[in-house]
Amino acid sequence: MTVLDPPRPATRPVARQVTIRTRRVSGRIPLRAVVVAALGLALLALAFAWSIGSGDFAISIPDVVAVLTGGGDPANAFIIEELRLPRAVVGAVVGASLGMSGALFQTFARNPLASPDLLGITGGAAVGAVFVIVLGSTGGVLATGVSSLGVTLAALVGALAAAAGLYLFAWRRGIDGTRLVLVGIGMAAVLDALVSWMLTKASIFDLPAALVWLSGSLVGRGWHEAMPALWAFAILGPLAILLTTTLRAMQLGDDSARSLGIRLQLAQGSVLVVAVGLAAFAVTAAGPIDFVAFVVPQIALRLVGGSRPPLVTSAILGALLVLLADTVTRVLFPYEPPVGVVTAILGAPYLLWLLLRTNRKASA
Amino acid sequence: MSASPLAPERPPGEIASAAPRTTRSRLVLGLLGLVAGVVVLALASLAIGSKPIALDTVWRVLFSPDGSNASVIVHELRIPRTLLGILVGCALGMAGALMQGHTRNPLADPGLLGVTAGASFAVVAAIKFLDISSPIGYIWFAMLGAFVASVVVFAIGSGATGSPSPLSLVLAGSAVTALLVSFTTSLLVNDTQTINNYRFWIVGSLAGRDLSVVAQVAPFLILGAVIALAHSSALNLLSLGDDVARGLGQHVGRARVVGLAATMLLAGAATAACGPIAFLGLVVPHLARLITGPDYRFLMPYSALFGAILLLSADILGRVLARPGELQVGIVLAVIGGPCFIALVRRRRLSSL
Repeated sequence: MTVLDPPRPATRPVARQVTIRTRRVSGRIPLRAVVVAALGLALLALAFAWSIGSGDFAISIPDVVAVLTGGGDPANAFIIEELRLPRAVVGAVVGASLGMSGALFQTFARNPLASPDLLGITGGAAVGAVFVIVLGSTGGVLATGVSSLGVTLAALVGALAAAAGLYLFAWRRGIDGTRLVLVGIGMAAVLDALVSWMLTKASIFDLPAALVWLSGSLVGRGWHEAMPALWAFAILGPLAILLTTTLRAMQLGDDSARSLGIRLQLAQGSVLVVAVGLAAFAVTAAGPIDFVAFVVPQIALRLVGGSRPPLVTSAILGALLVLLADTVTRVLFPYEPPVGVVTAILGAPYLLWLLLRTNRKASA
Repeated sequence: MSASPLAPERPPGEIASAAPRTTRSRLVLGLLGLVAGVVVLALASLAIGSKPIALDTVWRVLFSPDGSNASVIVHELRIPRTLLGILVGCALGMAGALMQGHTRNPLADPGLLGVTAGASFAVVAAIKFLDISSPIGYIWFAMLGAFVASVVVFAIGSGATGSPSPLSLVLAGSAVTALLVSFTTSLLVNDTQTINNYRFWIVGSLAGRDLSVVAQVAPFLILGAVIALAHSSALNLLSLGDDVARGLGQHVGRARVVGLAATMLLAGAATAACGPIAFLGLVVPHLARLITGPDYRFLMPYSALFGAILLLSADILGRVLARPGELQVGIVLAVIGGPCFIALVRRRRLSSL
């Protein structure tokens, strides 16, 4: 199958691989990807414990582990199980979902700029949430009706409606990648403008809350927000991994994929449903943590090598980034800035550094 | 990604030698038509508003201001915003075409060079720390922010290689933008007063700008436009890929610097004058490409004129829809332009980059 390997630019490291042959199974294990994923998981575990341990009432990491394994001090147990653990779970799941969703979108559209933010999924959620925050207090039949949903549910409805609209408008005897992306841009523009408009109409007292939601925040998130996102990831994550082979073929272009025996419509449809679902539930739980879906797949791609963003590594690094960012907001700042602000401050310089390093190598 | 550029529907055997010439004269005619469209819209923009003024009155006071109400409205309010609409529309359309050409990415908009985020950050800083609260006061801060941000994007994107590849430009632009947006947000959180001023800047509007604003940004916009038009044949070569362009004798690094400098001038000054109107730069080149195909020598002027037409129409609509108040042009543009764009994308086969 080496002939079908996608062409690699010379600057990217070619992954070293171990070939396994047994009587039933044979395959290649890309060493570098495994190492990066393992390291990422280890760091993620540490970040998880650090996140649970830190806050106004600090709990040491051994105590955290004791509570999580079923023992420990009951006072600690309350803080951890009711307050810190759900928040950490939301952070990890949201990060993982966004990372994976971004990787799927970028592979699907063969474009590093494609992400749930750019295609209007996030915008849909934002319209729902900001509508409730800003106009919920003004009365009116529609406003009262929608506000009764609450911010979270309104965001979910908005995101799913945007996704349905995206698919509907882009459908014309099938889904075409470029058309989908352009339709998404159109929808995102409309939805973002609606949000800006609602903000100009908002009472000045509602503005900070709206802004915090729009930047993405984990403040006050509990099991109520954690469970839907967790379920969505538990179902959609494995589905995404099942699609790996399909993605590999789709990346070669529509015609090549078809000639490799991929049922293109079905494949594109399932990739989209998974990517959109992951993004919608993540955004619902924590607000649009903008940058994760874009930056994490690109960082993962540069760490692992290869020709398209790796799914699992993107998920792990996404979870790591959001958890770290959330913990940093609690530890380093006197007030808690929205986590979305810190993800970019942590993630962007790292991507820029990777970029500079690659460029230097290319010129050498 | 390899649709036949000029007329995708034409069967392959039919490309006769006469075809390009007729296409070209058709395109020139179309250009004239668009200029006429801009003129008509400009007149409409002078006449229509919360106080409608008859066209013959507009015509009379246009050349001989007589101090009447109509004359003051036309000269003090409507002429500046109409001029600004034309200039900024042209600028954003061309900046979009430049950006999509240099990154070879249909999703690129002028904001990708960091101009929008840089300008926003500078404006927020000016509101917060210097207590400046009028669109006219923001101009130089916004322009400075936009220029600094785009130089940083260019420097990081090119690293040690001297000129950025399309991909590293996209990535550097997005990362720097995200970083700046974060800084902006962290200035805004917990500061209701600043948010209150900022929310009216961020939607993008032509209202409340007088002739001094036009005079301040016009030199940058005109310089940028001249460079962009002169640059279009280089873009044609670049769209074949950096290696092919180099093989055909194009100095890729130099072209990149020139093209992005023009983008910076156009988009930076436009954003400084009106606030971010991101959607325009993204959509207009796609509209223009539907008619012209990928030849940047036509794509560039078409993008400019389409930009002006769209911006003026949206501004006029905004004044009509919410009488006696008005809707900001950025909002009208997106809310009405978005669905139109979707309909267009569905109807036609898009020519790719």
